[in-house]
Amino acid sequence: MMVMNSSGYLDLTFAALADPTRRAILARLATGEASVQELSQPFAMSQPAISKHLKVLERAGLISVDIDAQRRPRRLELKRLEEAVDWIERYREIFEMNYQRLDALLEELQAKPAKHKRKKD
Amino acid sequence: MPIEVTQPSDREVRVVRSFKAPRKLVWDAHAKPELVSKWMLGPPGWTMPVCEMDVRAGGAYRWRWRSDAEGKEFGFFGKFTEVTPHSKIVHEETFDPGDVGGSMSSDPAIITSEYVEANGVTTLTMTMLFSSKEARDGAVATGMTDGMEMGYERLDGMFKQAA
Repeated sequence: MMVMNSSGYLDLTFAALADPTRRAILARLATGEASVQELSQPFAMSQPAISKHLKVLERAGLISVDIDAQRRPRRLELKRLEEAVDWIERYREIFEMNYQRLDALLEELQAKPAKHKRKKD
Repeated sequence: MPIEVTQPSDREVRVVRSFKAPRKLVWDAHAKPELVSKWMLGPPGWTMPVCEMDVRAGGAYRWRWRSDAEGKEFGFFGKFTEVTPHSKIVHEETFDPGDVGGSMSSDPAIITSEYVEANGVTTLTMTMLFSSKEARDGAVATGMTDGMEMGYERLDGMFKQAA
């Protein structure tokens, strides 16, 4: 078991999430645990290639392996994913609140074109 | 049009958002202080009593927010380093923690905003380059409400994006 502080994990988590195949693997695991063989099927990738992606996800704490079961199924570790999503959510929420107000303002400005004459670019 | 937040590197945060409006209007909403102070307000309960902007290369700006309920203020100040009307604006940004806590950023963040219009929709890409990874993480952690709950809806949304 790796011992790591939360922000160290966060870096690994974001690096792991930066790859579309790994995000697709997580999406698959969100529907239930799966073996390496089951995971490699939809991706037209060799099992070693998938295993590499799984190792990255595992290091980031995003998935875990049940080593006792014969097929060694991988499962999603929600907590780590939530941590990563939460970090980005903080930014998103503040910006989204502002931008929804901006949407309304832009609509208002376009409804009153006389007040804000536009020149052709 | 949902907002998109990514981190292109460990010193950057990038925010992408589209608006149903022509580029010039979206630009004006960001470059005219009388318009900026109408929407750039943050969480409920905050107002923007100071919004001064001299939008030209070398021009200075000062933004300050206030919550009367909490009796707190904080702000940003800096200067514009590149201004290409209706297209691109680069500014340096120093965080003044006022009385909300956190520390004044030692080196300013560099914010690049680019405006692209297609089919009447303007997409704003804002890339924030911080002086260090610590500065970036600190900026994200500052001024945020506590106890934000992570709903499963958001997780669903993330999976939809991934699938």
